[in-house]
This record gives sequence, structure tokens and C-alpha cells, in this order.
Amino acid sequence: MAGNFELLSEQGLRLDGRRPHELRHIKCKLGVFEQPDGSAYMEQGNTKVLAAVYGPHQAKGKKTESNDVIINCQYSQATFSTAERKNRPRGDRKSLEFKMYLQQALSAAIKSELYPRSQIDIYVEVLQADGANYAVALNAATLALIDAGICLNEFIVACTASLSKSNIPLTDISHFEEVSGGPKLTVAALPTAEKIAFLEMSERFHIDHLETVIETAMAGCREIRDILEAAVKEHLVHMGSAADWARVC
Amino acid sequence: MQTLREFTRKTKRGNILKIVREHYLRDDIACGSDLCRQCFQNEVYHLDSRHEIQSSLFKFPHYLVLDTNVVLDQIDVLEEDVLRNVVVLTTVLNEVKHKSSSIYKRFNEIVHDRTRNFYVFVNEHHKDTYADREPDETANDRNDRAIRLATKWYDNHLQASQSSKEFERNGRAVTRVVLLTDDAGNRAKAEAEGILVASAADYVKSLDDFPLLLDKLSHKTFENEKKGLPQYPAHLSMKELLEGLRQKKLLQGAFQASRENYLEGSVNVEQFEKGILIQGRESLNRAVDGDLVAVELLPEEEWSAPSEIVLEEKNVYADEVPSEERAEDEKDMLKQVRAAASSAERTPTGRIVGIVRRKWRQYCGILQPSLIEDTNRHIFVPADRKIPRIRIETRQAAKLQNQRIIVTIDTWPRNSRYPHGHFVRSLGPLGDMATENEVILLEHDVPHCKFSDEVLSFLPKMPWTITEEDYAKRVDLRDLYICSVDPPGCTDIDDALHCRELPNGNLEVGVHIADVSHFIRPGNALDKEAGARGTTVYLVGKRIDMVPELLSSNLCSLVGGVERFAFSCVWELDKEANVLDKRFHKSVIKSKRAMTYEEAQVIIDDSTQQNELAKSLRNLNKLAKILKKRRMDSGALVLASPEIRFQVDSETHEPLEVEVKQMRETNSMVEEFMLLANITVAQHIANEFSECAVLRRHPRPPPSNFDPLVKAARYQGFQVDTESGLELAHSLDKCVKADNPYFNTMIRILTTRCMMQAVYFISGSLQKEEFFHYGLAAPIYTHFTSPIRRYSDIMVHRLLAASIGADSTYAQLLERKANEEICHNLNYRHKMAQYAGRASVALNTHLFFRGKEEDEEGYVLFVRKNALQVLIPKYGLEGTLYLKSDKDGKDGVERTKSEIVFTFNEEDYTQRCGNVVFHSFDPVTVRLSLDSTNVQHEKLIFRLVKPYIKGFSVETTTNETDGQAVATPPPSKKTKKDKKKK
Repeated sequence: MAGNFELLSEQGLRLDGRRPHELRHIKCKLGVFEQPDGSAYMEQGNTKVLAAVYGPHQAKGKKTESNDVIINCQYSQATFSTAERKNRPRGDRKSLEFKMYLQQALSAAIKSELYPRSQIDIYVEVLQADGANYAVALNAATLALIDAGICLNEFIVACTASLSKSNIPLTDISHFEEVSGGPKLTVAALPTAEKIAFLEMSERFHIDHLETVIETAMAGCREIRDILEAAVKEHLVHMGSAADWARVC
Repeated sequence: MQTLREFTRKTKRGNILKIVREHYLRDDIACGSDLCRQCFQNEVYHLDSRHEIQSSLFKFPHYLVLDTNVVLDQIDVLEEDVLRNVVVLTTVLNEVKHKSSSIYKRFNEIVHDRTRNFYVFVNEHHKDTYADREPDETANDRNDRAIRLATKWYDNHLQASQSSKEFERNGRAVTRVVLLTDDAGNRAKAEAEGILVASAADYVKSLDDFPLLLDKLSHKTFENEKKGLPQYPAHLSMKELLEGLRQKKLLQGAFQASRENYLEGSVNVEQFEKGILIQGRESLNRAVDGDLVAVELLPEEEWSAPSEIVLEEKNVYADEVPSEERAEDEKDMLKQVRAAASSAERTPTGRIVGIVRRKWRQYCGILQPSLIEDTNRHIFVPADRKIPRIRIETRQAAKLQNQRIIVTIDTWPRNSRYPHGHFVRSLGPLGDMATENEVILLEHDVPHCKFSDEVLSFLPKMPWTITEEDYAKRVDLRDLYICSVDPPGCTDIDDALHCRELPNGNLEVGVHIADVSHFIRPGNALDKEAGARGTTVYLVGKRIDMVPELLSSNLCSLVGGVERFAFSCVWELDKEANVLDKRFHKSVIKSKRAMTYEEAQVIIDDSTQQNELAKSLRNLNKLAKILKKRRMDSGALVLASPEIRFQVDSETHEPLEVEVKQMRETNSMVEEFMLLANITVAQHIANEFSECAVLRRHPRPPPSNFDPLVKAARYQGFQVDTESGLELAHSLDKCVKADNPYFNTMIRILTTRCMMQAVYFISGSLQKEEFFHYGLAAPIYTHFTSPIRRYSDIMVHRLLAASIGADSTYAQLLERKANEEICHNLNYRHKMAQYAGRASVALNTHLFFRGKEEDEEGYVLFVRKNALQVLIPKYGLEGTLYLKSDKDGKDGVERTKSEIVFTFNEEDYTQRCGNVVFHSFDPVTVRLSLDSTNVQHEKLIFRLVKPYIKGFSVETTTNETDGQAVATPPPSKKTKKDKKKK
């Protein structure tokens, strides 16, 4: 199946009918659980992710020696998340890799100086996987952190981008596009500061196109940031309406 | 902007998976019509209401929507520039792509032609035309429904725009949308839904302005066809076939029809080395050469042996019922074959039970003259004897007589003896040079249409000048004494040389290659076209360029006295031709003189000439000799193939005189330096790009390939060693006969035939040891020196330029897979170009001998069971001289009466008749003449003149008068040769 499809038709539409720069449909909700300190649910197309945040709390055991905040992430994918129902053990290589990436990106956003000798636990569960799993997981984690009231420098959001054969960059890659060939570039960024916290690429493409593809991913990040921001505001209005906060916003 | 809907799809992949994919439906897809007032049209309109087509069926302006079956079957009608304003639905496009990639490609070309007003409407992603698959609905039904839905929407959409008052005031008729479909069920449903609908055939018939378009219609059934009895067994259904193949009851393979016998063929199956024999009309069961078929193996007692009879189908006429007589004929043949088949020669035999995939293409041939005057139905005789005759309907038979035409097969029903097809186009009058060349190009799949405007748009603008910037980037070599040496009449000069003495006594030699990659930038239309063509094709008196003429004969060509861009490879050599240093750079050169091989030779030989040019040529020549010697010592082969040149009449393009190409010292001088440049560049790019360098290798032939050569040499008392290239080269050198100067050349010709084809490949795809070039005895090799006529050289230029920083790299350059695909295409194109070249030479040879008879001296190249293979050095021509053998089974009685009997000795491969014995390499004299009885297949006939065998040889002209009458064999002594002429 791989490589047989042209990612972008001559009419300028992608395999699922989007135009090159369009994101998938995004839905998100904060505070979906009561138990954790913060939680969020995020849907980006058919990729659906749940995130929960505990903390900040006192770091356990040996970890207390360090003065910094300890960010502990866990990434897992549900057995039923893909078409093939594979049993995915929690500690598999892929999950561990994503866990590291999450920690790397999030530590760039969390104001760590405010939480010395403390620990923040972030749990991410992918319920349905349809491409750009890491990016959606990170976006959900950001929302959950906000819900938990943890201070961030700014929104940290991730977005993927690819390159069609006619060298037109594509935003937000679906699973179908991932397996149809073409490179996949994941960028996690602080959009306002225009800083890139994390960058990963799955396949080689020519360096001439790197800049435009990164810029496409960044544009996607900015767009997602706006959506997340709106969701946060709405959540606050909803929460605060009881306390008459609605006027403040 | 976007709405979202999801859809589910189930696919089988071993176990059933439910795949869920997003499918976005949009409201921003334009309808592409200039009538529309609603859609946001960001592009130019594709559907133009100004183009109106007169149809008696729909007497108002209309757009067309095509169903998939119309595109698949009537692509020839669509390719005619008649139908315009066509809405192409993505549903249809996808279905076509899925069903036939070749038709998809052709259809895409029509769609891209902007003058045709075809518009691709993405109905699958339009919010109003998307059809969700209903439960229990087949994919096919859903697609049909989607097509109807889109047609209906279009019609309503346009009417909504046109109902405005302004439009009515204009007094123009309302444009409607018409669906064309050949599916009766779909037609009925469409009518019920109020859609204007017609079948493709009805619609084309209603176009009164284009009556000839009817010829191109594909017919699934012929009208008023006599419902004859089925003549063939039914094919198994696809399901039964797959089941049978899976259970190994049936075997699958490509069907190959026999060239000699139309009732015989074979299927190449993996399990059997020789392929399964298929005999008889019913067993062949409508398979056409190339088809992928399923075969059922017959029980062993029914196995048969390939017949050695030449069986050509007799002429039949379109309305004739297959006569009893002919059926008898076929039975006879089968009986004969079975009887003759001794148990030793029997091979696995089978019968075809089904067709897995048709490989029908377009066929070239002529129309068979019809007996009845005013009939539309005709029989088409393909040029390729492996293809059956085809029934077609045409109204222009009178015009098409004696023309070469192209026909394609549509269907082959059970009750028809021949497949049904339709006329595609005419190539021109039979025997006309242009037509025959066209045939050669078509048969060898050589792309030869004019360069499109898009391609030409990437050419540099004239007048072209070299700018200061160019000088700054390049090394200025305009002062050097650079010259080019080429065959006479060459206009695409892609290499030039120089040689000068350095102060330290060494020599500096430069090879300067036309810098084509400067003009052809990667990825643009010009580059793609050149890549698709792959190579320039040389026919006799005609050249089919790879790049437009402006480049090939002007801007890139290193003509004398003009400043040109070059890619230079410069070495420092000592007097013993050892390479001390090398460098590559782009340069500007000014060739002092463009010479022919002959002119260069004259300068070298003329010791009175002492100018710079003469000196450098002499130095080059000296070095080349050393290089050549070194190459020979390391085991490079000197191969020979008979090459000839035609002197062509400049007006009629008919060959006037034939001459064998001469090899001069200067030929080999240029060749040596080109080889050196190629090898040097190959080493360099393979080092720089270990994964993606374009190289050329020549595999070592398997030892069994050499068998005929070793045997032939052994009978002449020579030992040919084929252990290694070096040993082969040495033993070939020893094969010299004092009394037969041509002997060595013939041995080399034989050696050439044992060789494998050299191929392009990508360095990352093979191990280093496999890079070897056997013929040149070089560990690594590539093509660098002819970028004007080979695309591979352009690729190598780009790699080299990138490696020395003279040009920027680009994405495709380093992609191994993409480059491998290009190499694959290049190998194919090169092979085809070679075959086309040979076919052209053969054609011209035939023209040359038209109406002539000539006695020529030749040599026996091979001795075969019933023939001698004779080579005529003067024309580089090879042909078969048929002999009668004494154990010919069929009319043995007659044969024994005749005293002229050739006995074949298998021990030492000789033919004996009386006291005349033929060995390989024996000189003979033969009379050449052209047999034109078959207009499509003219062939040269060889008849023996010397040694004289009474009753077999033709008489020499000296004792012609009454000798002829005496020697004319009585009817009973008919030679096989005579029979052939009948």
C-alpha cells in the first residue's frame, strides 16, 4: 500500500479531501476527570487522546536531591486504538521514545523555577490512533497542564507536516498519509516566542524544502494554539460563570 | 469552508479489518463552467459555452458527463479532437485508474489538454454530490449512483444559474448536462431520475458533422450479427480461475503465439522450463499474444510436439462463414502433428481455459481487400504474424486500402472466429518512407511526437548570449586548441578534445563535453520529457531527438569557432599515458575546428602540417594507442558487428548506395579518450555518491552462451578460451586464417552474439564486484560523454556537478528509488532504440534491393539443419539460404526422386550434396533479390550461385540463355525456395 498514492491530487486536494494547509477537525475539552489535578480530552480528526496531570507534588525517593522540577510522563496507546487490535505493553520502545519526547518538549514550557523539588506526573493515553499521535498527545498534555493550573511560559503545541511529490508542503498528516509514503516532520513549538522545543523527522527529503516544511508545521502550531486558547477561554467562562467571572474575560 | 463527515470502509487483508478514514466534504469546489454565477471560480473556466457541438439527439448546448465504461472502451473516440466540454468526475477517474493504467494515462493527457475543455470535478469531496455507500450496495452500484447524482446536481446547478432574466433576453438555449454511459441498467435508472442520457454509440452517431468518428467506436457486439454457433469453448469465470490457480489445477503464464504457425503457441509457466505447448484453435481459445492466461495441462498421453510446419492463415472475407474445408485443414495439421510426434520430442501440452488479463494493445497492419463493394465490415491483417486477424467496421475502406493503419481489439466473443476491433488511425500509404519509419517507431515504442509547448517553454530564449556571470563561474578555455572529431554530417557534437604540452614535459589532455545539464534543469517539463525519451534514436536518414533541436544542434553542440559551455575533464598524463592528475570543471570553450574522422586522419598523416592543431592531434593519437594497448592487455574485447551506412537520396529518402562503415585510427583515438573520461568520472561519482551514482555495467555472460562460438571455432581448428575476458581476447586474436581474411571478423561477430546487454544501474543497488564492465574490462564504468543524446549522461553530469560544487543538489538527485526507476526506463529505451535502428537498416536494405538482383560474395556463418546462415560483408547483411534435407517428413516420396539432396552431418556441422560440402565460414556466392509477394513482410531471398549445384543453384548470368531452361527443375523437383515464392 505504501507509496502508491499521490498525497496531493492535481485538483489540489489531499487523500481525505483537505487542502494542503488545512488542519483536521479539532475538538477539545478540559477537565474531563475529577480524580486528577488536571485533565483534557483532545480529538484531531480521528486521533483521540486523553491526558491527565497529577501534581505538582513532593518528589518521591532519591529524586528529591535535585532542586529542579521532575517531569514524569507516561505515554500509552490503547489496544483498540488501531485497526489491528494489538496488545501494546506499556513499556514498549515506541512508548518510551514518545515519553522522552514529551518530557523534552514539556520541560521547555513549564516554568520549572516555580516548582523546586517537586514532581509533575503527566499520563497520556491514545484512544484512537490516526496519525500525528505524538503531536496530539502533546497538545492534550498542554491542555491538561493548564487545567491543573501549572504555570507555563506559553502554550506548547505540536503539529506535523509532510511534503507531496510536487513539493507542496502539507499540514497535519493523517495515518493514511503517513503510510502512503512521503516524509513526516513533527515540530513542537512555543508559537508566540517562535521557539522550537522539539523536532523530529521520519524520512529524508532534500534540504531545500526543509525551511518551507518547518514553516508549514509552525503555521499549523499557531493555528492549533488559537484553537486551544479559545477552548481554554471557553472552559474558564464555563467554570467561572458560577463565580461571576464571565465579566472579567 | 469545510464540513466533516466520516465514512467507513472494510478491506480484506488476510483477516478482515475495519478501516475508518476521514473524508472531508467541501463547499468550495467550483463547477468550472463559465455560465455559473454561484461557484467561486478562482481559476480560468474549463467548460466554455462557446464550444457547441451539433448533435441530432440533443439539439441544445450541453456538457457531457462520461461513465467509466465509456472512458475505458471509447478512449479512441475521446482522443479525437471532437468531444468538448466534458465533466470528468473523480469517481470515474479513480475507477479508470484502478482498471487500466494505460488508458488512465491516455485519458489524463486528454484532460490536460486545455483546448479540449475537459474539467475534473471532485464530486467525491463535494458536499452535494457525495454518495455514501448504502448497506448491501456493491461498490459498482454506488459509483454508478454517484455519477448519476453528480450529473443531476450539475444539471440543476447550471439551470439555477441560467434561469436569470438576463439570460433569457439573450435568447440562448439553456445548456444542459448529458450523461453518456454504455451500461443499460445505469441508463434506465438515469432516465427514471430525469437525467438526459445516451449510449456512447448513439451519441457519436448523432454527431452529423463527424461521420468518421463512428469508425473509432468500440463494438462489444456487431450489429445484425448472425448469431453463429459458438466456435470456442467458454472461458472460466474469474472466480473459477483464481480457485483453480490456487489449487494448482491450472497454471498461469504469458501466452506466446508462434510466428510460423497460427494454430500454435506456448505458455511460459514457472514450473516448466520450455513452456507448455498449445495447439489447435480450440485449445488456443481466443488467447492473443502477450495475454496472461490460465492453462490446463493435458494428460501425458495426449501430449504433442511442436509442429515444424509453416502455416499461414488463408485470406477469408468478412461475411464468409468459416468453411468446412478450412476446418478440415486444421484437423489435418493436428493429426499430422500428433502422428509425427515421436515420443522423444513430446513436450507438455495444454489448453487455455481462461484469460487472467488481456494485454491487448494497438496493432499496426493493413486492411484486407474486400470482395464485396459496399460493405462496412472488413478484415484487418496485422503486421505482426503472432496477432490474429481482426474484424473492424469502417466507412472509409476505399481510402484505407494500401495504407498502414492502426487497429485495436475490443472484444472476442465465442461465436466469432476473429476478435472484434475498431479503426484507430491511419499512418500513411504503404511503402512510403515516412509511413514505414512511423511503423518502426510505433512498434518499438519510441516516443516521437513533437515537443509540446510546455517543454519548449523551458528552452533558453533566443538570441542566447553568454553573460559576464557565466564567465565568472566557469573556467575560460577559449584560448586552447580544442577540436571535435565526428562522423560526417553530425550536427549534435557533444565531445571535443585538446592536448597541449606542459612546461614539465607532461601532456595535458582535456575532454570537453557539451554542458547539457546547464540548459535542462531538473524537474521541469523539458527534463521530464528528455528522461522519458531516454535516448536519441537514429534511423537511416532520420533522427528522433531526445532534446529539442535548438539544444541538440545549436546551443549544446560544440560547433567550431563558436563559444559554448562545456563540462571538462582534464588530465595530466606523462608520455606513457599514465594519469598523474585529474580535475573536473565547467568551462567555456571555443572549438577551433569541427572535423570529420577522415579530415583528422589526413591532418595526422600529413607531416607537412606542423600547426598547433596537428601537433595536438598527433599527441592524442600517440596516447590513444598506448591506452588502447593497455586496455587490450587487461582483457578488453574487440568485438565486431557488421555496420553499414546508406547513402540516402536527399529528396525521396530512398537508399542509393550501401557502404560498410570504415574504421580509421581517429575513430579509435576519440573512443579511447571517451572511455578514459567515462571511467574517470565513474570512479569519481561512485566515491562521492556511494548510494546513488548512475553507473553502467556489462555482466559476464554465462559460460553456456559461448557454446556455439567454441564449437564453430573448434571445427576450424581453433581453441577459444572463454574462462575470462583476457583469455577470450587472446584466443580471438589467434583465430586468423591466411586464406580467409574475413574469418577473424566473423569469429568476432559470433562472439558479439554471445554477450549480454550492458545496463545502467544505481551504485547502491549492487555489490562493488558486480559493477564490472566485461566488454571493456573496466571495474567501473558510466556514460558521461554524450549528454545530447543520452539521458543517463545528463544524470551523471548533475552528480558530477554537485560533487564539485558547480551546481546545487536537488531532492531527486539523491533518491535511490526514483533513480532506479529512471535507469530501468533508460535500459528499456536503449534496447528499443537499438532494435528500431536495426529495423530501419533492414527496411532500407529491402528498399535498396527492390527490383534488383545481385550476386554477392558471402560467407557461411552457421550451418543449420535445413539451411545455411549466410553473411554478406559488403552489406553487413545476414540471411538464410534454405536447403532441402533428405529426411523431411512430409513429401518425402517426392523428395527421394530428386537427386539434389543435402545431408546434414551433426558431427561436424556440415551439409553435403554430392561432392559439395558446406562448412561454417566457407565462402559462397549468392544471388539476392526481394520477395514482395507479402506486402507487409518483404523479405530478401538468398539463392545459391557458387559453388554450383545442378538443379539447385541459380545460373550465373554468363550461361543464362538456354541454361536456365534446362536447369529449371521439373515440378516434382520443386525446391523449398520455389515453394516459398508461391
